[in-house]
Amino acid sequence: MPLLETRGLNKTFGGVHAIQDLDFEIEEGEIVSVIGPNGAGKTSFFNVISGIFEPDAGQILFDGLDISGHTPSQITKAGIARTFQNVRLFPNLTVLENAMVGQHCRTSSGIFAAVLRTPKFRREEMMIEKKAKDVLGFFGTRLVGYRFDQPAFVLSYANRRRLEIARAMATEPRVLLLDEPTAGMNPRETIELTELIGKLRDERGFTIVVIEHDMKVVQGVSDRVVVLDHGVKIAEGSYQEVSTNEDVIEAYLGRPADLEGAK
Amino acid sequence: MTAIDERPAPPEAPEERERKALRISWIDLFLWGIRIAAIIVIVFGLFGSISKFVAGEGLTAQGWRDLIVSSLAQGAMYGLLALGYSMVYGVLGFINFAHGEVFMSGTMVGFIAANWLFENGVWTSNPFLAMFLVLIVAMITSTLVAVLVERIAYKPLRGAPRLIPLITSIGMSFFLQYTFGGLFGVGFNTYPPPPEVIAGSVNIFGIDVRSTQLTVIIIAILSMIGLWYFVTRTRSGRAMRAVAEDKEIAGLMGINVDRTIVLVFAVGGAMAGVAAMMWSLLFRSVNFFAGFLPGVKAFTAAVLGGIGNIAGAMGGGVLLGLFEGVGPLLILGGLGIPGVSQLKDAVAFIALVLVLIFRPSGLFGERLGSEDRV
Amino acid sequence: MTTVTTSPPRTASERSPVDRAVMRRVLRVGVLAGGVMVYTAAIGMFQTFNDKEIIDPILSLSYLVLFAIPAVAGASFSKRVAIEGIETEPLSTLDIAKAAIAGAIAGVVVALFALLVDLFPDLRGTFPKLGPQMVRLLTLEYSVASGFIVLPAISAVAAGAGAAFAWIPERIRRPLLLAGASIPVLSMFEPLVDDLFDEIPAITDFLYSPAGALTITSSIVVALVVAGVSYYLRQRDPIIKKRLSQSADVSVRRRTTIVLAIIAILAFVVLPQFLGGIMNELLTNVGLFALMALGLNVVLGFAGLLDLGYVAFFAVGAYTTGVLTSPLSPTWDPVLSWWFAFPAVVVAAVLAGLMVGTPVLRMRGDYLAIVTLGFGEIVRILLLSDWLSPYFGGAQGIRSIPGIPVAGTQVNATSPELMIYAVLVFVFIAVYVSWRLEDSRIGRAWAALREDEDVAEAVGVDTVKAKLLAFVTGAVIASFAGALFAAKVGTVFTNSFQILVSIIILVIVIVGGMGSLPGVVVGALVLIGILGGPNQPGLLQEFGEFKLLIYGALLVYMMLKRPEGLLPSVRRQRELHQDEFLQDAWLDKGEGDEPQSPGPSVAEPGGQA
Repeated sequence: MPLLETRGLNKTFGGVHAIQDLDFEIEEGEIVSVIGPNGAGKTSFFNVISGIFEPDAGQILFDGLDISGHTPSQITKAGIARTFQNVRLFPNLTVLENAMVGQHCRTSSGIFAAVLRTPKFRREEMMIEKKAKDVLGFFGTRLVGYRFDQPAFVLSYANRRRLEIARAMATEPRVLLLDEPTAGMNPRETIELTELIGKLRDERGFTIVVIEHDMKVVQGVSDRVVVLDHGVKIAEGSYQEVSTNEDVIEAYLGRPADLEGAK
Repeated sequence: MTAIDERPAPPEAPEERERKALRISWIDLFLWGIRIAAIIVIVFGLFGSISKFVAGEGLTAQGWRDLIVSSLAQGAMYGLLALGYSMVYGVLGFINFAHGEVFMSGTMVGFIAANWLFENGVWTSNPFLAMFLVLIVAMITSTLVAVLVERIAYKPLRGAPRLIPLITSIGMSFFLQYTFGGLFGVGFNTYPPPPEVIAGSVNIFGIDVRSTQLTVIIIAILSMIGLWYFVTRTRSGRAMRAVAEDKEIAGLMGINVDRTIVLVFAVGGAMAGVAAMMWSLLFRSVNFFAGFLPGVKAFTAAVLGGIGNIAGAMGGGVLLGLFEGVGPLLILGGLGIPGVSQLKDAVAFIALVLVLIFRPSGLFGERLGSEDRV
Repeated sequence: MTTVTTSPPRTASERSPVDRAVMRRVLRVGVLAGGVMVYTAAIGMFQTFNDKEIIDPILSLSYLVLFAIPAVAGASFSKRVAIEGIETEPLSTLDIAKAAIAGAIAGVVVALFALLVDLFPDLRGTFPKLGPQMVRLLTLEYSVASGFIVLPAISAVAAGAGAAFAWIPERIRRPLLLAGASIPVLSMFEPLVDDLFDEIPAITDFLYSPAGALTITSSIVVALVVAGVSYYLRQRDPIIKKRLSQSADVSVRRRTTIVLAIIAILAFVVLPQFLGGIMNELLTNVGLFALMALGLNVVLGFAGLLDLGYVAFFAVGAYTTGVLTSPLSPTWDPVLSWWFAFPAVVVAAVLAGLMVGTPVLRMRGDYLAIVTLGFGEIVRILLLSDWLSPYFGGAQGIRSIPGIPVAGTQVNATSPELMIYAVLVFVFIAVYVSWRLEDSRIGRAWAALREDEDVAEAVGVDTVKAKLLAFVTGAVIASFAGALFAAKVGTVFTNSFQILVSIIILVIVIVGGMGSLPGVVVGALVLIGILGGPNQPGLLQEFGEFKLLIYGALLVYMMLKRPEGLLPSVRRQRELHQDEFLQDAWLDKGEGDEPQSPGPSVAEPGGQA
């Protein structure tokens, strides 16, 4: 049984079909890239899965159970975490606090426990901090040490992206949705992150869906590639298969006939 | 580097779903509860009022008609005031809480003019000129205050988080109130009685309408036509609409954004000045606190009509005026609640709460700038 | 190339635009200062302040305030904006001359105003504050005509002095400023000093004249002492600073905070014993407002929800206590003791918090503010109405509410020295609860919610629950204040629950610093202590009439100049001064922290982008 699966997913915005009859599945431990030209519905796909939008029709099955219509926080709690295309951190919280917020849905101390500092609360706080430091440590020394107490807005762009991934990791998800994780990074950072995505699966056991524009990254990380165009899945398969698929080339470049016509 | 040793527990989805279903429906249930309660109150109140009316108790048909006309006049005033809130929100995306005080300043300074004209006999000898002069004075005052407030309090805050200018405007509102309280004293000032020409009533389509109320409604219509012409047909009006749509792009297109924003405050202030003159005709007595309630009610009207929507503001004002004027007697009176006139403001506030909860985008649609659209 | 110290010789025509700009500025500042001076007179502040002597008999508060305006305006001429890399223009006597001219202009404006009022006595009909008394005071009891000489002269001197102040070397300037400030402060706090030292009349007799102001001698002594002490401390300043910077790490700083907090608590425990009834009454009011401000701080400072109807929860607490404990409550017969009513108060507050919180959960932040304002007014109007007066007593309210029974006595307004302890206990509870919550999983969730609601939700924070929790916590804290208030005054009626209360609590939170616990408590102490609440007098009765004016102005000023408050919380400080933090972080990285990053392989690669 696939870990995450959508069946006949549909979402329209005022007549625009962002997603049409999308069937998608990912097995536990797989890395699947979702690619497609701008406006193909990739981010909408993430928004629907993560509960920011409710689908108009169709099912989202996570571990065999329909999660469509749940609030984003419930979906995160169920085990699907995401990052955003335009990095969205809590800019005025510290790096460590940003990661600690991710642990919110894995902890349960209430107001009284916090006020009375019960042993359970203290244990939980210690664990939150330990987990947060652990996920920040995943990125080498970039987000640790003196960085812990720096507000997030002082980070460089690449570090913000890393912190966002760390925050998603801190929610202890089973599926990680990464929305253009290498956008705005320089080639070296991109190569490094490509390796990290692999490590996320191999060392941490996450199942990963990546939206990506950089074909080198897609080639480097994907077990499988899904191509969307106008909200419709037009191809699926290994990078090799997809990259030679005529429909895909057409979606990206337009039809050859047009090109000839232009000449 | 240690890996997270425990895998997250498999999500307890069935239980999760139940809890979610419960939670969503809990808030929705609450909101539906409010809706249903409101409908029940309205239906029973209407029923009670109708049966009273049939039994010949309470107001007569003429009484109801008077009530409706006076509510319409008040609603027209709210509508003009609502324009100021609506335009500023549409362009800058914050609630100019001090707009009620802009209106109050018009009533206060208009009072000086009216008093002076009255003492010099112009009020009685040449009533239309006198009223026109009062109108001009009120408009100039309100415009100046509005522009001054923008210059001092809001201009330095361009681009600040939404709550910051709101809090500033609350401070400005109290500052203006007590400034005028200090200048004019805290007691009530009463305008001279309306000139004779508009003291009586006119018969329109078989309904007796008090002339002051009719005047107010006519002025409101004329102001709306003038404003419509200004916004749609002039260069400045076009600039205003462009800035409301997208400040940055408008700036790139060569529109002076700062000056246009000042213009928005000026036009809103001028309309508040017109409303101030109407207030003097309808209620005659003013004090430094006179801006607070009309201000909050006009904001309600602005939201009701769809914030940023100029025609909507007037529609919202008229609706709110009717609701507040007729509602207490028609609905609460029908339920047999004593002292309904005391509850007039509560009804307006309940309207505010209900509108913001259930219809925050208004009845006629919002017109917000690109950065405020959700 | 850095500076233009030697300007090339310029012809007259080249210079004129510069000079005209200078002249325009002088004129503008002068007219503005004159306008502000006229404003204080026109709203009656100047005249009211005349009743308060600062140095008996030569200076009253009115003239101090009046001529402080040109002094501040004059100081603006000596202000230099420091831009890195560009040397600031040196101070010159020309600045003082400019300031003096501007001051003179301001004086002329005021004199013209006096003349105007003198010529048109009818103005008084509309503007009650404009009258012969004002003219007399404004022209320092000279004739209106000589006012045109006296006023510009004094204003010019004040403005010139303001500009010249910048010339005084830094190490003398500060003690001088403190000494200057100490005189009006000590004079205005005469009731407090009097109350503190009423066992030792020698002190108060020496300091104060019978009118309750410093005498000429005592003010000279005070100024000298303050100047001397602060000069001495400043000399030692580098040593103290060094010691502080050595202990800059978090744990030591936290320990210092805790020690300071303990000292403050002890002071609060001991102080009421030394204070008289009036001071204790004042401090009780301060405590009640501090309590409410702490509650609003949870809602606004932590969770970022602007609640303008916060007074409604205060009313819920007070009315619940009143209905349950008063033998005169209209419909509820059993008379409960305050202690038994208290749980009911908490339950009522929780319910009220849920009732208000639930429908507004999905609302935009600014709409939420207005809706809560609406809720607050609805509660007040309903309590006042004939409809509900059978339950809540309408305009008369509920009377004969007994105090808090403790060890056989009733703690209420007649025993302010006990009441203050009751209030302090709850303030302490509220501070402790806020402090613990802020640094917990819930506090982090609130901070996340305040920063970005959508992302908080996506990261797994149940925003609905977090918002409700903030609302309910705030409501419960306000209801504590309500229950104490009812027991204290013995009568609750709607006049105590106007929207002004909500606004003043908002001012306290903003002035103190949103999210900052010490800020909120100090804010309440300063604002309510000095100016007072809507129905409660503060220390400076002279300000009573103008306190709401001042509150409004404070709100505007704080938002424009110091939105993070006087004692900002760390997070807010960051939020509102991001650019400066960015610079600091840059410098930090350049100086101290770089050695920590081991080797070039992990060095920041951003530079290549």
